[in-house]
Amino acid sequence: MAVGSLPSATLAYADEVPRPATASRAWRKFARNPAALLGMLILLAVVGAAVAADWVAPHDPARQSLRRRFTPPVWAPGGSATYPLGTDQVGRDILSRIIHGARISLLVGVLAVVVSVLVGVTLGLVSGFVGGRLDTVIMTVVDITWSFPQLLLALAFVAALGPSLVTIVLVLGFTGWERYARVVRAEVLALREKDFIEAARAMGVGSARILLRHVLPNTFSSIVVLSTLQVAQAILQEAALSFLGVGSGRTYPTWGQMIALGRDFVSVAWWLATFPGLAILATVLAINLVGDRLRDALDPRT
Amino acid sequence: MTAFVVRRLFRLVVVCVGVSLVTFAILHASGDPVSLIMPEAPEADRAVLRQALGLHDPLIVQFARFVGRAAGGDFGNSFFHRTPAFGLVMERMPTTLTLTLLSMALAIVVALPVGIYGAVRRGRAVDQVATGAVFLGQSMPVFWTGIMLILLFSVQWRLLPVSGWDSWTSVVLPTLTLGAFTAPLLLRIVRSSMLEVIGLDYVRTARAKGVAEWLVIGRHALKNAALPLVTVTGLQFGLLLGGAVITETVFAIPGVGRLIVGAIRQLDFPVVQAGVFMLAMIVVSVNFTVDVLYVYLNPRIRLR
Repeated sequence: MAVGSLPSATLAYADEVPRPATASRAWRKFARNPAALLGMLILLAVVGAAVAADWVAPHDPARQSLRRRFTPPVWAPGGSATYPLGTDQVGRDILSRIIHGARISLLVGVLAVVVSVLVGVTLGLVSGFVGGRLDTVIMTVVDITWSFPQLLLALAFVAALGPSLVTIVLVLGFTGWERYARVVRAEVLALREKDFIEAARAMGVGSARILLRHVLPNTFSSIVVLSTLQVAQAILQEAALSFLGVGSGRTYPTWGQMIALGRDFVSVAWWLATFPGLAILATVLAINLVGDRLRDALDPRT
Repeated sequence: MTAFVVRRLFRLVVVCVGVSLVTFAILHASGDPVSLIMPEAPEADRAVLRQALGLHDPLIVQFARFVGRAAGGDFGNSFFHRTPAFGLVMERMPTTLTLTLLSMALAIVVALPVGIYGAVRRGRAVDQVATGAVFLGQSMPVFWTGIMLILLFSVQWRLLPVSGWDSWTSVVLPTLTLGAFTAPLLLRIVRSSMLEVIGLDYVRTARAKGVAEWLVIGRHALKNAALPLVTVTGLQFGLLLGGAVITETVFAIPGVGRLIVGAIRQLDFPVVQAGVFMLAMIVVSVNFTVDVLYVYLNPRIRLR
């Protein structure tokens, strides 16, 4: 955590709250867990595939070849090593499409979370620090957001605004911010009365600076954990939206859309739906493993 | 207690207004509703319709009218079916609720014993397998789980139907799918709330008194672990309904979720609004009930 770089904070901090885990200590705790390391490796592989999709993918993901349609995976009878995971109903290479699909999944997952964090952290800071009527209003909005089935809301708005990558990112971002607002607000309330904040204020530090330099860094580890786990959720939600036919458009392959196609040919070609689903499973599982371990590693009490 | 319920009721009303506002916004975010209803009509006819729908009024007036009508279950006619959207939604509501409640029951039957056992024998084989299963279950997309079950039970073994909702055999796979989505969530909560309670002094006292182990767990510990369990389960209801929407689509079940998804594809906004509104209302009232129940059942809060 960045607390060490704040001289006014460190002094008072030692006897105030349990000392937060330092970066190296957190990393050692993290690396001790084989599941988290495995998750990290999978994640690196997926990110690598997404970034280098144009070079890694064996075929053009959009190239059709009707003669080769429904080629089974290489180990099944009739399979060919040219198409390791088989081809779909118009002869496109499944493996290449999965590799390219990683781009949309990761992009949407990360960007949606960035939107959520920006909105949620800002509102949480303001809500907790300013208090009063503004706090009531913001927390009511949090309640409303929380009461809505998130997927339905996303579904309705993506449909109303027209499916596009930007719409999906914004809709997922604006339906997932309430957790940050809650957590940050709670931490601000707990920190507001602490001596080091009082000290800063007595020294004449302005509110904005107190919030950004002294309060925000203390909420950092909660935000990291929450946002990691939300990336996993956002990937699942993007896949669900694509599956339901309101994805980011038809031009670029996405995992959810591939599974939706696979549903239609489920009795003809099992590999169409199976492999993109495994890709989602592996990616989301990896992120969840990393996030879960991060939670433990960044928790000063353990 | 009364003051609390009144405060909660007030918040319930505020949340309902918020839900209406969001639902109202859905139609207006889509652009011009008139061109959706009569895409090829001449401008004169459109103007008449616009007047009839009150689209010239200020937004606040339109919103007030929307809330007034929605409160009476009037969301207008479906653009596509030409019948009241509310009726279309309510016709399908029992199916969606049946699916949701069946899956919830299945999830509870699995999660409760496994979670309790895992907490009691923490770190042992059962607990580790269960924890692994929770991770797997939470990382699987619902629709994919459904399709994999179809592959196994319908395509490979030909035991159960691929889709529909007309016999008990067609209910099995959707319930399994949504149950597999819900069980990990519950299992996690059961385990952690039991773990929290098991370490407490009064449980140790009960053991020291010589109370049989199954009584300690089943009566003393479970009673206190049940509170957070009920609360969090209630709060997850929205997530569960979202899962139901997807499950209905995978198995072509004639429920509210499939109706909404179909309506979205046809840009049939009255149906989308009615469906989203009614599902949100269910979530809101479940949350409200759980909130009030929590205070009512918790003697530590009740006394204050």
